[in-house]
Amino acid sequence: MEYNVETPIVRKSINIMGDGRAVTMDKAFKAFVGFFAVATVFIVVLLGIRLYLSSRIALFDMGFWNFIKSSTWDPVSGVFGALPFIYGTAITSVLSLLIATPLGVGTAIFLADLSPRWLSQILQPLMELLAGVPSVIYGLWGIFVLSPLMANYVEPFLMARFGFLPLFRGYPLGIGLITASIILSIMIVPFIISVSTEVLRTVPTSLKEGMYALGATRWEVMKKISLPFARSGIFGSIILALARALGETMAVTMVIGNTPQISLSLLDPGYTMAAVIANEFTEATYDKYLSALIAVGFILFLITLLVNAVARWLIWRTGKSQ
Amino acid sequence: MVDLENWKKSVTMIVWFKGEGFSYWRRKITSGFFTAVFSLSVVVVLLPLAFILGYLVYKGASSVNLNFFLHRPAPVGEPGGGMGNAIVGSFYVVGIASIIGIPIGLLGGIFLGEFPHSKLSTLTRFVADVLNGTPSIVMGVFAYTIIVLPMKSFSALAGGFALGIMMIPIILRTTDEILQTVPISLREASLALGVPYWRTVLSVVLRSAKSGIVTGILLSVARILGETAPLLFTSFNNAFFSYKLFEPISTLPVQIFNYAISPYEDWHRQAWAGALVLVGVILCVNLIVRVFFRQKFEQSS
Repeated sequence: MEYNVETPIVRKSINIMGDGRAVTMDKAFKAFVGFFAVATVFIVVLLGIRLYLSSRIALFDMGFWNFIKSSTWDPVSGVFGALPFIYGTAITSVLSLLIATPLGVGTAIFLADLSPRWLSQILQPLMELLAGVPSVIYGLWGIFVLSPLMANYVEPFLMARFGFLPLFRGYPLGIGLITASIILSIMIVPFIISVSTEVLRTVPTSLKEGMYALGATRWEVMKKISLPFARSGIFGSIILALARALGETMAVTMVIGNTPQISLSLLDPGYTMAAVIANEFTEATYDKYLSALIAVGFILFLITLLVNAVARWLIWRTGKSQ
Repeated sequence: MVDLENWKKSVTMIVWFKGEGFSYWRRKITSGFFTAVFSLSVVVVLLPLAFILGYLVYKGASSVNLNFFLHRPAPVGEPGGGMGNAIVGSFYVVGIASIIGIPIGLLGGIFLGEFPHSKLSTLTRFVADVLNGTPSIVMGVFAYTIIVLPMKSFSALAGGFALGIMMIPIILRTTDEILQTVPISLREASLALGVPYWRTVLSVVLRSAKSGIVTGILLSVARILGETAPLLFTSFNNAFFSYKLFEPISTLPVQIFNYAISPYEDWHRQAWAGALVLVGVILCVNLIVRVFFRQKFEQSS
């Protein structure tokens, strides 16, 4: 399924016309649309360069590694360390993946293998709807519904049952790392579902039918054929969801408590990289402060770049193998 | 990558299970158990959706009235304020974003779709995926550094620029994919009639891919309509109706955010109303895509 001016058949047909003008126009056309493809690449390169240049003041002043390692974020005395944000981002992302992955993969298996066609046709638009709800709405719901629910029921329960673990100590505030993780998991689950369902649908029917013919049960077919076949694609979808979770801003900002601290307890407030940019950007009163915030954005950009590249590679690899 | 060895092994295992009299019922029950678990996970995933939408309608519906659409925000304590300026502002900013995002996405997408295997296409596709995965707040920072800082003012333009960049990869990739599904025979027929190649693309290929391309554009609009993070420090906020390109402008998502984190009960109520309107608009766009375009697109591909 390719079509290309360079392919011989087309070149021939252009030459047959024997009209020099047409060929010139074709070249001009290719250059014209090519310009916009180049423009896209240019924008991303410019984005990287601009972020780097604007974060230089803080990065050079603090030292790159020191900026990442230091846990002091004190705009008043001009000391900036991004560790609390990196920590908060990492904890909320990983925790939300732990919640979202089983649910997402389970749903994908249901949609791809178990549900009747009519049911998938109803459910899939609903999943897309879940992905289409804006982040700020999740945040609104998080503040006014989920957070009180966590403070009054879930967190006291966790403290009573699992309080012996350092993970569940503190006060049931309702805002904090665990609430943010739950909101995040609701937001990223559609991404896991949509990609995993697609990948699971590429599993050759003949393999599955072969197993069924030999008397295998549904679960055995999933375990031995579907899941191993789609493994790297599913893994890719999880990493794609991770990239979303890393950069998610509004919903997290609204429920995480926005406190630059590193605390082992999941009930305590925290801060993420995206949240600190959203909250403090308009308050950054001097150059170095602004530069430090842009530096946090630059690091976030680099991390998501890496994570996305890995995810694309994994999904691409599954696609190629079928 | 079909693991034939593994497949053979599992087949042997099942035969072995049967031969050894591995409990048939136990296998049946295990299978039934996992089927139930997977079905249950669907319910767990859909539950929050129902919960959120239900609460949205319950809280928002009572506060959506004509005032809400027509008026600008009233000071705290005064009744009758609305988000009229934010609604207008949102469409204004999305309009600017479209002017920036659609041409680049569409024309770049034509290049990808028509020359799918050139080096530039492979590179652009990768870059578009990177851009698509970049957090929206980073777009806001980017727009801030190249528009707000030099001009020393928050502006509608900066907000539109940030959102426009977010549209590019979505339109680029859908156009790319749609153009590649247009049959070669169609192009060859046109070329055989003596139509130059560039004209073939414009009048034949694009025309047959029209509904798919419109789908991509509408989906990208639906995506950016609800974006808040990149607007916080680009288009900022404005308490008045504003139509100026170089001045701060109020947008619906930012207004919802500001009201939600405020301490006032009345503002919370309005935030819910705004949220309901925002989700309603986004739903409508998605519905339009589904009803009018998706159908045709599925038939044509």
